[in-house]
Amino acid sequence: MSSSTAATPQTYTRQRHINWGKLLSWAVIILALIIILFPFWWVVRTSLSTQREMLANPESLAPVGFTTINYARVLGQVDTATAVAAGGSGQQINFWLFLRNSTIVTVLIVVGQTFFSALAAYAFARLKFPFRDKLFFVYLTGLMVPAIVTLIPNYLLIRDLEWDNTYMGIIAPTFLMSPFAVFFLRQFFLGINKELEEAASLDGASKFGIFWRIIIPMSGPPLATLAILTFVTTWNTYLWPFLVGKDESVRVLTVALAIFRSQTPQGAPDWTGLMAATIISMIPTLILFMLLGRRVVNNIQFSGFK
Amino acid sequence: MTTSAASRPPLPSLLKRLFNQETFLAWLFLLPSLIGFITFYAVPGVRGLYISFTDWDMLSDPKFIGVDNYVDMFQDKQFWRSLQVTFYYVILNIPLQTVLAIGLAVMMDRVTKSNIIRGLFIMPWLLPPVIVALIWLWMLDPTLGFINNLFQFLGFGRQPFLGSPDQAMPSIALINIWQYTGYTALLFFAGLQTIPKSLYEAAAIDGASERRIFWSITLPLLRPVLVFVLVTTIIGSFQIFDTIAVTTGGGPIDATRVITWYIFEFAFQRFQMGYATAVSVVLFLILIVATILQMRILRADESDLA
Repeated sequence: MSSSTAATPQTYTRQRHINWGKLLSWAVIILALIIILFPFWWVVRTSLSTQREMLANPESLAPVGFTTINYARVLGQVDTATAVAAGGSGQQINFWLFLRNSTIVTVLIVVGQTFFSALAAYAFARLKFPFRDKLFFVYLTGLMVPAIVTLIPNYLLIRDLEWDNTYMGIIAPTFLMSPFAVFFLRQFFLGINKELEEAASLDGASKFGIFWRIIIPMSGPPLATLAILTFVTTWNTYLWPFLVGKDESVRVLTVALAIFRSQTPQGAPDWTGLMAATIISMIPTLILFMLLGRRVVNNIQFSGFK
Repeated sequence: MTTSAASRPPLPSLLKRLFNQETFLAWLFLLPSLIGFITFYAVPGVRGLYISFTDWDMLSDPKFIGVDNYVDMFQDKQFWRSLQVTFYYVILNIPLQTVLAIGLAVMMDRVTKSNIIRGLFIMPWLLPPVIVALIWLWMLDPTLGFINNLFQFLGFGRQPFLGSPDQAMPSIALINIWQYTGYTALLFFAGLQTIPKSLYEAAAIDGASERRIFWSITLPLLRPVLVFVLVTTIIGSFQIFDTIAVTTGGGPIDATRVITWYIFEFAFQRFQMGYATAVSVVLFLILIVATILQMRILRADESDLA
């Protein structure tokens, strides 16, 4: 089949073929990037437009009647009359409050879930106790139960405890553990060399001392990865805080945005304000992403191999 | 020493094992996560199953009614309609998203390993579904939306998108494809990195065409990632809620009233907790069956590399 005479023309066509292929690949990647990134620009462009002028000129790719008043009114920096004149609903909306609530809820859950899951993961990975593997298997089944199944009973429990509309109610189900976090960290702890721990143990270190002074410092990357994943999940979640935390005092950003969208002043939603609010809600995630983007990208590779 | 251990009566030995220092410590390490697991996973799971056999409006005490909720459900046309709508969404969403993601991953693999490009690809995935839904609600707005302006410019005419029973579900599927394709592509990209380069070189020497290489090497060896992606995205698709809550609220008419929205309406608008929980139990069973089927069909536990 592969005679030497056929080799030359074949290499030639292959060369040309690959070049076209590469060109096509770049074209598709760039097209995909445009489709992914354009909506972000459209949000920025809308948030910086004057409501009335934008309605008259909806096609413009640049902000129409450049203004920052939408941000000011979303953050409650202008009085009601000015806000209404700029297209607002006239209701007092204060995104600082919701930003604060989202931050409190997310930080508490990230810290609590990571720490308590790490303790459990260490026990499963390193300590000997009866029923260890059976109990771990039970934890794993928790990974497979979809959220909707436990949602209603959990809601009823929080209501019975009278924890609805408190931070406690919002964070309770995910503060002490998540099956995924325990599973993820146990896998990592199992891979740590035991010799260090044994040496420390001979020097008289307690189990908690070993966990706190040796295991935790050695586990920076996986702990950070888990913390980022938990941050994104918690910051983005909507249904649970909507069910147990509608009250303004504990309302988080996702819930606030959905409510803000349903306040329709002149028949249509307040798009310029809504898009400014959207940008404000994205900022923490985008900052985290810029600081730790490489880790997020690598983490995706990791979870792909799981 | 062995003799004394063997001659020890079993009961005190078990007690000793249960109360020795390491066991005690292990339970201490586990305690917080155990409280979390029992309170918010185990008990709600069992309680949910129990509630599904009761008639309960949350005002009076739950009344045990056996399987009546399940009988009612199977006789309710709206239940079947919501199942149909859910399956329709999964079918619109999964194949297109998966094919696009594999295509993007293969093209990226050929021309670039840039962290920045990969980072940009996952930006939509980092955002809350609530925000993504808001962005696209605005992009798809019937009168002012960018897409309709583009369509008019290109001569396609204006489309109602989310406002029409026919177009609402495809629109929601496209919104979710926008959000998750980049992330899924990175999973496949990570999978591609595990395929030994020697296989491609051997195929090139044999003169295999690019198409042949893709179907005979790339795709079969991507199967572990494919299984992971399909199982997780299908489970996720069956539980779509946030996008629908923000964009259509189950409408127009019942065009986007998916199973989770159906459960939500019965639980939190009509306060029929027993019936709503019964539907969530059925959803759980559907997810289990779907997962087992996929594992079987895709032979998840075998690898072509071994």
